[in-house]
Amino acid sequence: MIDKEIRVTEITSVIVDDRIELTLKEVCKACRVDQAAILELVEEGIIEPSTKYSEPRRFSAVMLPRIARALRLQRDLELNTAGVAFALDLLGEIESLRKRLKRLSPQEDFSDE
Amino acid sequence: MKFTDYYQVLGVERDATAAEIKTAYRKLARKYHPDVSQETGGEEKFKEIGEAYEVLKDTEKRAAYDQLGSQWQQGQDFRPPPDWDAGFEFSQDFQDQGPVYSDFFESIFGRGRHGFETGQSEFHGRGQDHHARVLIGLEDAYNGATREITLHAPEIDASGRVSTRERRLKVKIPKGVREGQHIRLTAQGMPGIGGGSSGDLYLEIGFQSHNLYRVEGRDVFLELPVTPWEAALGTKLALPTPAGQVSLNIPEGSQSGRKMRLKGRGIPGTHAGDMFVILRIVLPEAKTESDRALYRQMQTQFDFNPRAGMGV
Repeated sequence: MIDKEIRVTEITSVIVDDRIELTLKEVCKACRVDQAAILELVEEGIIEPSTKYSEPRRFSAVMLPRIARALRLQRDLELNTAGVAFALDLLGEIESLRKRLKRLSPQEDFSDE
Repeated sequence: MKFTDYYQVLGVERDATAAEIKTAYRKLARKYHPDVSQETGGEEKFKEIGEAYEVLKDTEKRAAYDQLGSQWQQGQDFRPPPDWDAGFEFSQDFQDQGPVYSDFFESIFGRGRHGFETGQSEFHGRGQDHHARVLIGLEDAYNGATREITLHAPEIDASGRVSTRERRLKVKIPKGVREGQHIRLTAQGMPGIGGGSSGDLYLEIGFQSHNLYRVEGRDVFLELPVTPWEAALGTKLALPTPAGQVSLNIPEGSQSGRKMRLKGRGIPGTHAGDMFVILRIVLPEAKTESDRALYRQMQTQFDFNPRAGMGV
């Protein structure tokens, strides 16, 4: 019974993968921006709709973190869209280099012994 | 409440021009922005910088802030003088995306004047949970897990006042989740205004680093130390995996670096990942004279030169 007191409702979640597709409207809702802001990112090539040539446009939900990141950079660093695209490319490269570095370093640690 | 010296936060003089303030902000923002920065405590710092800029970039707010006088020191106990802001009309509500400000800021500029846009999302907003990220262990990705998380979100009550609400959620994380993936919690975002439906909440999954395994996407790597005789003669040994112990056959004549694939024993899912075991031969140390004698015996026994192909 004590258990019941401290209980917080458990919420189930689903993994966001390619199978979840969102309409432009849903993307706007998730990111709290208007359509123009999203279309600007599309135009700059920062995000790509999964349906490139057919209407209505749909976006893979795996794009959402990238969109959110782009919008944050745009707002907080007062960057223009081209600047955001450039920053994201460089950040992506840094991330992959860091990953490689991480993969190499345990072996270095080992040789210390 | 502590006094915050916004000029000190941005590292500018009290008589700095608008251009100097902008430059100082941009420099610091690039350095501490959570999407860019690797600095520890970067997010906290970034919130401070954002708040300082919010005040100093706005002539009205800056004038009001300056009105407090320059005798205040950073961190000093602060209580705003009564009616100190009489005569100031904040003509413009903040156009910002609903940041969470410090108590100090709110004591001066008040709450509820921030002009929060409707349907604020936790995904967003300077100062809010910038990265709603949940850390789980690799084992949790195999078995699924339940995590309790705390979110901070602005909330607007019936009278239009804005406050920050702490929300605790117990989230069931499905098994098979990978590092960097997001999970969606339907209708757990900020409630829509005026009876609109709640948005969805997205959380990023991160893995705690593991002392045994390395993870790449769906695949899990383990470096397995073996003795020279296990590698040379072959054996069957116990192998740890995130899903529990399994037995592994080491084929005879294995060399160091041999990569063995255990199909489907990586992170589970429709396309389950694989587990890769990389053998590393570990030599026993020659501690005693008889140990050394044994190595010398091997030297004479094996006519072996691993550098034969190197032309030396």
